Amino acid sequence: MSKKTPDFVSTTNACKLCRPLGAVLAFRGVAGAVPYLHGSQGCATYMRRYIISHFNEPIDIASSSLGEKNAIYGGGANLKMGLKNVTAKYRPELIGIATTCLTETIGDDLHQLLGEYRREFLAGDQSDPLLVRVSTPSYAGSHMEGFHGAVRALVEQLVDADAAEAGLATDKEQAGPVINLLPGLVSPADLRLLKEIMAEFQLSATILPDISETLDGPALDDYPLIPQGGTEICAIRRMGRAEASIEFGRTLPEPLSAAGWLASKHGVECHRLGLPLGLRETDRFLALLADLTNTGPLAAGARLRDSQLRDSRSSLPPFQAAARGRLLDAMVDGHKYLAGKQAVVYGEEDLVVGLVSLLAECGVRTVLCASGGKSGKLAAAVKEVAADLLPELPEVEEDCDFFDIAARARQLKPDLLIGHSKGYSLARELGIPLIRVGFPIHDRLGGQRILHLGYQGAQQLFDTIVNTVIARKQDDSPVGYSYM
Amino acid sequence: MEATALEARQKQIWCKDDNPMVMDCDKDSLAGAVSQRACVFCGSRVVLYPIADALHLVHGPIGCAVYTWDIRGALSSGPELHRLSFSTDMQERDVIFGGEKKLYRALVELIDRHAPAAAFVYSTCIVGIIGDDLEAVCRQVSAEKGIPVLPVQSEGFKGNKRAGYQAACLAMRRLVGTGDTAGISPYSINILGDFNLAGELWLIRDYFARMGVEVVANITGDGRVADIQRAHGAALNVVQCSGATMDLATMMKEDFGIPVIKVSYFGIEDMAAALYAVADFFKQEPAIMARTKELVREELATLLPELEQYRRDLQGKKAAIYVGGAFKAFSLVKAFRTIGMEVVMVGSQTGTAEDYQELADITDPGTIIVDDSNPLELASFLRDKKVDLFVGGVKERPIAYKLGVAFCDHNHERKEILAGFAGMLNFAREVHASVMSPIWRLLPRRAA
Repeated sequence: MSKKTPDFVSTTNACKLCRPLGAVLAFRGVAGAVPYLHGSQGCATYMRRYIISHFNEPIDIASSSLGEKNAIYGGGANLKMGLKNVTAKYRPELIGIATTCLTETIGDDLHQLLGEYRREFLAGDQSDPLLVRVSTPSYAGSHMEGFHGAVRALVEQLVDADAAEAGLATDKEQAGPVINLLPGLVSPADLRLLKEIMAEFQLSATILPDISETLDGPALDDYPLIPQGGTEICAIRRMGRAEASIEFGRTLPEPLSAAGWLASKHGVECHRLGLPLGLRETDRFLALLADLTNTGPLAAGARLRDSQLRDSRSSLPPFQAAARGRLLDAMVDGHKYLAGKQAVVYGEEDLVVGLVSLLAECGVRTVLCASGGKSGKLAAAVKEVAADLLPELPEVEEDCDFFDIAARARQLKPDLLIGHSKGYSLARELGIPLIRVGFPIHDRLGGQRILHLGYQGAQQLFDTIVNTVIARKQDDSPVGYSYM
Repeated sequence: MEATALEARQKQIWCKDDNPMVMDCDKDSLAGAVSQRACVFCGSRVVLYPIADALHLVHGPIGCAVYTWDIRGALSSGPELHRLSFSTDMQERDVIFGGEKKLYRALVELIDRHAPAAAFVYSTCIVGIIGDDLEAVCRQVSAEKGIPVLPVQSEGFKGNKRAGYQAACLAMRRLVGTGDTAGISPYSINILGDFNLAGELWLIRDYFARMGVEVVANITGDGRVADIQRAHGAALNVVQCSGATMDLATMMKEDFGIPVIKVSYFGIEDMAAALYAVADFFKQEPAIMARTKELVREELATLLPELEQYRRDLQGKKAAIYVGGAFKAFSLVKAFRTIGMEVVMVGSQTGTAEDYQELADITDPGTIIVDDSNPLELASFLRDKKVDLFVGGVKERPIAYKLGVAFCDHNHERKEILAGFAGMLNFAREVHASVMSPIWRLLPRRAA
């Protein structure tokens, strides 16, 4: 059924987005940055529209707006003009430049062109915007490769090779131990929670990227040139001197891993975890934080006092311990309503892994895991997080589209569909509820405020899932009871 | 915020005064200016999308197909093949070795699966670069499968949306003239340039039915391949949104001698004028004009009193307009007048010199007229002109909302009919709902 079989070549209703879109989202999470696409005008506009429809926030994406002549003779001149104009209008601290299928195919060499641009137009001082480039041909990989690639490019191109030379004070002098947190594509609400968690552990974290404010901003009285928020560039520069990096993503390809690069080039200890989604994946994340705080390399700097721990065995700060307790209690309260229910889960691979993990914990059996991504790691990751709780492992399909998913779902007859809003037509056809998570949510408000991560995110997802099942049973009841 | 517009864009912004209009337009977007425009592919996709029994296959990497999956509210009364997103999802090896084989196999596979009445194959940026011969593949598949398989030369970089309209019209032209025109009434028209958003075309068709005029083909709202194939049997082409389908009407005039009239279905004045123009064309049958007058009278008798309540609240409020094609802007200027509002800024992505002259003619002194604008400019116009309501599409909405300005969605995915007499009431209702919301009084700009 998969496109992997050689006699099946077309894609119907893709379950992935194109690579530059991921890069744009990542660049939007850097303070003072403007995302820029080196390609024709349509790419930027389509992506703006797609992103706006999820976040209901402005997102200005600049473009080289290449025309026919540029496609033939090269896009260098337009790239330079575009960078000049963006600099003049937006006065950015950084321009994040992603390529497109057009400029990759005509062979524009961004490294060389940006070198020329720097020599021709930049002053060579603090007033220049930083230029970070990432190669994102849309014919190779999906938006997740674009996202991770942009994060890695930011780190590779900004982290100081030599702290002393850059004239920066060391982190220990400044603010105590610092952790790099590379969360991947998660919601603004998730990012806000991650910040709270780091604060509870008294860890100072550089979270890259950080779209918590830039794509979920307040009402204003003027249009911001560049929205407030995002990861500070000076913090990115210092990431090479952090005590450790934590990177979410069990399926993240090694060549795109920013934490992997920081480990190999700067010796920053690398911890790769799954998205902290559901009880046990969150446990793993918080156990790592506790470890880093109490016994790890940071022990001297930020050991938690015993009085701050509700339970010395759990080594969790009090709010987290309480949230964990409530989550478990809620899962007990609701377990029978979900017993035996079956779900189809689709979307980005790492999100799918986390969701399967949560579902397994609440007694929902995932029967199909599907993604348009193709890391080759999805099946193993699913097995790792859920095998001990599931009577049978779900089918796993990488590199598939909604035609594949629909064909299989019709046979599997799940009770629930879990994923972004593009699964709505399938849910409608099957007559089953869609639990909206991830990106994009184009048919509801507040996609950016869906909380997935941590005990709190698990709690909200659990409540949504169990109440959706309860509501369905109530709606289908001939008597319409009002007491469960 | 300062520095409204880049120097290179100054000539695309004009404030109406006593001097003659000078307006630079119909040019490539300025690199780095964050244009609201899309591309050639977008133009073609927009025009052909509503043809509901055709297969629409995007030949290229996944983005172009995925960003246009079921994004328009173009309704169909029958098949809904247009709502699916088909792509060849080109991979690196296809770019290196060419995508023709993959395209061929994808086409055969999808035609076998869906049995469409025709297939449109959209070319995207890199297809134009690597030089896949779309024409040859389409010809081969057409011969094998016995349906029209039409290449749409819509490489994104080959101009703006207007070039895409033309590519779409060229593809449709190949269909026109291949069907049987037997039994078509002498009082018959094709509706060009209405896309049946929210069912608007059904409303317009109902008006024509009441007038006694037969509609042969909807091009392209609720469109069918067979109707387009016999569209040359109609007596008149009635074209809305002149940019999008005018090229087809022009070709049909040259090749089949079918006359063309340009209309708009937005607002009371333009809607009535459209119906009268068609009735007038068929003046050898006076009953049509009589029925048209009766229709307009009936519609207005119910509409005008209802509009009055909205007009009372909206009188004197200021509106700004930014839309894709200028035709919509003309009608909106008049529609705002109908509900007592003053237009202080109006612009479009792809207007022509004639379009902007017409806007200059129908707007009040002091009005800003702008071509191919961008978020920072639009935001400064909203702020400087103290706009109460902005009307535009998805990309304009967050600009208005961020600034605490009311907004009317005049986009392709809208769920409310805005055309026709009924649409005018919906329009007034939506404008009223947004402008009169209590939320604006709580926002920073107004709360102070």
